Amino acid sequence: MTKYVMSMWQPDGIVPPPEVLEPVMRELYAMEDEMRAAGVWVFSGGLHQPDTATVVRFKEGEVFTTDGPYAEGTEHIGGFTIVDVPDLDAALGWAKRISRITTLPIEVRPFQGA
Amino acid sequence: MPEVPAAAVERVFRAEYGRAVAVLVRAFGDLDLAEEAVQDAFTRALHRWPVDGVPPSPAGWIITTARNGAIDRLRREASRPGKYEQAARLAAHDEPDEEGAVHDDRLRLVFTCCHPALAPAARVALTLRLVGGLTTAEIARAFLVPESTMAQRLVRAKAKIRDARIPYRVPYEQDLPERLTSVLAVVYLVFTEGYAASSGDALVRADLCAEAVRLGRLLVELMPDEPEAVGLLALMLLTESRRDARTDAAGRLVTLAEQDRGRWDRALVAEGQSLVRACLRRDRPGPYQIQAAINAVHADAPRAADTDWRQILALYDQLQAMTPTPVVALHRAVAVAEVAGPAAALDLVDPLDLPRHHLYHAVRADLLRRLGRTGEAAAAYDTAIALARNGSERDHLRRMRAGC
Repeated sequence: MTKYVMSMWQPDGIVPPPEVLEPVMRELYAMEDEMRAAGVWVFSGGLHQPDTATVVRFKEGEVFTTDGPYAEGTEHIGGFTIVDVPDLDAALGWAKRISRITTLPIEVRPFQGA
Repeated sequence: MPEVPAAAVERVFRAEYGRAVAVLVRAFGDLDLAEEAVQDAFTRALHRWPVDGVPPSPAGWIITTARNGAIDRLRREASRPGKYEQAARLAAHDEPDEEGAVHDDRLRLVFTCCHPALAPAARVALTLRLVGGLTTAEIARAFLVPESTMAQRLVRAKAKIRDARIPYRVPYEQDLPERLTSVLAVVYLVFTEGYAASSGDALVRADLCAEAVRLGRLLVELMPDEPEAVGLLALMLLTESRRDARTDAAGRLVTLAEQDRGRWDRALVAEGQSLVRACLRRDRPGPYQIQAAINAVHADAPRAADTDWRQILALYDQLQAMTPTPVVALHRAVAVAEVAGPAAALDLVDPLDLPRHHLYHAVRADLLRRLGRTGEAAAAYDTAIALARNGSERDHLRRMRAGC
């Protein structure tokens, strides 16, 4: 079995209104229930907007704490799901479903040594 | 006279490399280990066969030798956890492979090499390397990239297969259409790369086409119930039949209309047409089958003037309904020009959004020339010449432009 993180890439600055978001979330939760029932679900969660991020870094013996996302771009990770499945095809099968529900691109990456 | 053992090794290598790698990958689940073991087995064959003679089943000898070599290697590396158990388990169940299982192994290997999670260039390289048994140097030469670049491409692709766990399996039913499309596209890409005249060594290019046809035959053998696999093979055979006729003695490009049809390879035409007929009987059409059928109609005409353009247009109608792309619309317009005249065709070509496609400008130039609009035709030829990447095609367009 291999663990994969499936990251949901969201365009910056666009927050869908509740009437759009709610049915999407309902579908996502239903799919997560299926994942749990299939025994492949490890963890999942949605993240707050990137402007809520804080970066700490250790430099020349000092710790610096700064505001903001580490990398500025036009897209950010809006949430992710971690699954434990036999191979990439199984992970892609779930990723395709998430992409269909959210209409967002899903990046699938394997964990090391998992 | 018995075959010279070195020649036998070479022949078995070309024919059986992919099969042997496929069996070893299934047994050990590791591409690099499988490849090294199979290569070592062929090296052993070069030493043993001249002394012992060529074994009755050369492929079986290679697979058994490679398997034993791989088990020995795993035993030597037994400090790595789990490896010794794996080797011991394999040794305990060391039974000869059934023909059916080997058959499936090769199909699995093809689907792994053509997995859509790999970059298209990597799919092509892996398929030629692992299924076709071409060397890295040969593949690099064929695709006009340095050998180190190709080697790195292969290493990276194999690392992704290992790390991301791209499975060694025939895809799930629901994924099969997408995955089959990818496999057929890889083989057709190898073929078209080989068919693009005069970029690079002509001989290497012809080898690439031959390799694509060999892979096409393998796909039909492995998936006899997939009409698109048959269609692809037919398309390649019918296109390949015109190879000799498409350049003249001076190496210049000769268009389909001007080709000496006596130089078409009749055996390839006959085989291609018979496959097209088999597809028609099956009546599950797809893009490759329709393109093959279009080529079969061309092959039917003893002279260019005898071409049944109405039938070709009907086939393009079907193709366009299935794959409504601007490139298909462009090719369909060429048939429209023959059936309804250049003005009707130009009306279809003008709105197409293909500014970077040299063929778009070449087709437009030809239609304008036929309509007597020579100034516009010359300008369109200039654009086509500037965009064409292939030397002999550029020369051909220059000759056409000079005739305006």
